[in-house]
Parts: sequence; structure tokens; C-alpha cells
Amino acid sequence: MGDAGTERFRDPELMRRLAEHLHRVVGRRDLAFMHVCGTHENAIARHGLRSLLPDGLRVIAGPGCPVCVCPPAEIDLAVRLALEHGVIVTTYGDMLNVPTGRQSLAEARANGGDVRVVYGAADAVELARATPRRQVVLLAVGFETTACITAAVTLADPPDNFSMVVSHRLIPPAMEALLEVEGLRIDGFVLPGHVMAVTGYREYEPIAARSGPMVVTGFEPVDIMLGLVQLAELAVAADPRVANAYPRVVRREGNTRALAAMESAFDVSDARWRGLGSIGASGLTLRPQHHRLDATRRFGLEPDPSLPEGLPGCACGQVMLGMLEPEQCGHFGQACTPDTPWGPCMVSFEGTCRNRYLYQGA
Amino acid sequence: MCLAFPMKLIEIDGQCGTVLEGAVRRDVRLDLVEGVEVGQYLLIHAGYAIQVLDEAEALETVELIRQAYPYLVSGERSGDG
Repeated sequence: MGDAGTERFRDPELMRRLAEHLHRVVGRRDLAFMHVCGTHENAIARHGLRSLLPDGLRVIAGPGCPVCVCPPAEIDLAVRLALEHGVIVTTYGDMLNVPTGRQSLAEARANGGDVRVVYGAADAVELARATPRRQVVLLAVGFETTACITAAVTLADPPDNFSMVVSHRLIPPAMEALLEVEGLRIDGFVLPGHVMAVTGYREYEPIAARSGPMVVTGFEPVDIMLGLVQLAELAVAADPRVANAYPRVVRREGNTRALAAMESAFDVSDARWRGLGSIGASGLTLRPQHHRLDATRRFGLEPDPSLPEGLPGCACGQVMLGMLEPEQCGHFGQACTPDTPWGPCMVSFEGTCRNRYLYQGA
Repeated sequence: MCLAFPMKLIEIDGQCGTVLEGAVRRDVRLDLVEGVEVGQYLLIHAGYAIQVLDEAEALETVELIRQAYPYLVSGERSGDG
């Protein structure tokens, strides 16, 4: 496959024909599809795919950016670890500039905290091995795609000076919560291809049967457009199935080895989402046999419930539900830009506001 | 966050492997995939292989478009357009 393989999924002529077909399928209908994946939003915005859609088809960017859904109180735990406990805090790059209402991790670093960006959880473990006299904490965020890697690290016997703040989130409970949001109409879901690579889509079939069609798709323009065509066909036929437009990566049963690792490492727990509140069984905590790796236990920390969900006037919560377009937020492009983000949706490269700001008119 | 890339496995050393795509070469962990072989394409996320790509299915996606929407690929227009 390689380069040539990827090229096949970017063919402009095929894109044009898929778009024409999508127009025919949708016709004059009004349809609202939601994706729940920041990487999809980035690809849709970067390739200007919305400009190819029929007028009546709206593709809403749902709460699919892990950086964006992570509540400030959990980032604040890592800030306190860096500033008050002198540990080396490691996390993924996008987390650094998320405002918390107190200090962001970037500000904590400017104020003397040892905050470092890692590419993956294994790098944080390597850092712990290389600095045995220091405590190293990983702020582990992300959906199932990334949670299985945190699980692998947990099961690979990390050193005693390594621990984690586990802030992973699970997609299916969030989708069920979205279906309950009043005033939010969703005619179909575009499922996140790389979460599905891990989990498969069997678990989604009963949700689809109750709520409407879904399509699993990848991230190249042809993948996304083919996914939208299949989803539109299912929606028009009122056929509440899960279609797989990404079979080169996603199998119905997922990656059983990765799922087994998650099962061994984590228990499922309730968790808070920015914009959605607390959602039952949507988070992960370390199982009791791995509590030695739990940084909140090791350092006796609790999330501060007094921290607000966002800065005053920040509309990220509503933007992530598709209830507001970024341009409808008073801060968008004014007080809030990629250089001076007011909320997480302008920070992360997966954030809806950042992608709208950067690729407007693309 | 869920960015992941297909890369070709060119070397295996226990639970570690080396993958290549274009000029990019990296070491990755293979803990989460089973029975992989040199030459296969792996989906790489945050330093781990999280899935094995199916070459046949990749061809099939294009084939799927060809079969389900033949007029799209051949350029012929369907009658109902």
C-alpha cells in the first residue's frame, strides 16, 4: 500500500464523482450527521470537504476532541503535581495550552514546573527509567485509541517512580448522552475510524438500532466522502445499521488483544465531560491491582470541584454539541485565537474552533 | 489525538519493531498486535501498533466503490441523475 495506497484515497476525480452522487442521494432533504472525532474534523476542515456537500446536509463536529472534553479540574491535578509536588509531568502537546481558570500546564512550566511533552505513554515510562530519583507522572488523555496504549504501559511493569492521572474517555456512552440532548437532531453518526480500529463496532449496533444509522470511516478524503454517501443512503432508506467504509483498518470485533489489555488494566467509571456533564460508565480508572500507578492516590490529590468548566463566555461546551457554530461565540477570532485561546476548542489541532479559524474558506 | 498512520513493518525484535513510511523510520511497540510479520502494514498511534492493515480490504474499498457505484468510477452517469 504505502504512498501509492494512500493516493488512491485522495483521487480528486473520484471525490468529484462521490460528491455528485451524494448530492443525488440527499436531494432536497435536510440531514444532520454528527462525527465524534477531532481527527475527522481536522481532515474535513483541512480538505475543505464541507464545500462539496449538498446544502441540506450538515456535518456537525461532536465532542470528539479528547483535549476539549477533558474538564479543567483534571488538568489542574497535573498543574498541582508539577508546582506543589515537584514531579515531572508528561502529557501530549495539545494539553499544554488549555486554560483551566487557574494555570495552564504551559503557565505552570513558565512558573518553574517541570512539564514535558511526550509522543506516547512509553516515552513517559522511558523518562521515568532514565530519571530514577524523580517522580514522573503521565496525564493520560484520549479515547479508546489511546487508552489501550496506556493499558499496555500499565501491564508492562513500569518503574516505581512512574504514575498516571488517567483521564481517558469512552465514546459509546457519550453518543448515548448526545441522543438525549434536547433540541439536537442527529440523523446519523460518522464513527471515529481509529477508535473503531481498537474497539470494533459491534457495541454500536444496538445503539444504531435504537437511534439511526452509523458509518465507520477513515480519514482520507475518499474515506470520508464514501462514508457520507453510505450514511446518506442508510438515512434515506431509514435503515438503522452500522456500515463499515474503512474495512482496511476496522474489523467488527476490533483488536481483541488491545481490548483484553484495557480490560486487565481498567475498571469503567463515571466521568465528567466538558459540555455534557457527568456521563455514566464513560471513563476509566486503574483496577485495584494497579493502584500503585495512580498518581492521585500516590500524592493524595482530589480534583477541585470549585473549578468552573470553562472561562467566562467560553462556548466550547455548546460548540462541541453542535448547538452553536464557532462564529456564534462572542470570543471567536477576537479574544480567542490560536495564539491566545480562551477555550480548548481553539487550542487543540482537533478543536472545532481552531479548525474553523485556520481553514475558513478552505 | 486519534491520529494514526499506516507504516510498513521492516524489522521485529521481540515486542519491538521498526516501521517505515517514505523517509520516516521509527521504533514501535508491538504489544497490542498479534502474530505480525515483516512486510505487513501496521496502524501506528503514539508509538504502538494498534491494528494490522488488510491489503486485500484496501483494494476492496476501491473495488467496493467500483461495484456499488460503477458510474462513479467509469464516468458513466446513472439514468436517474
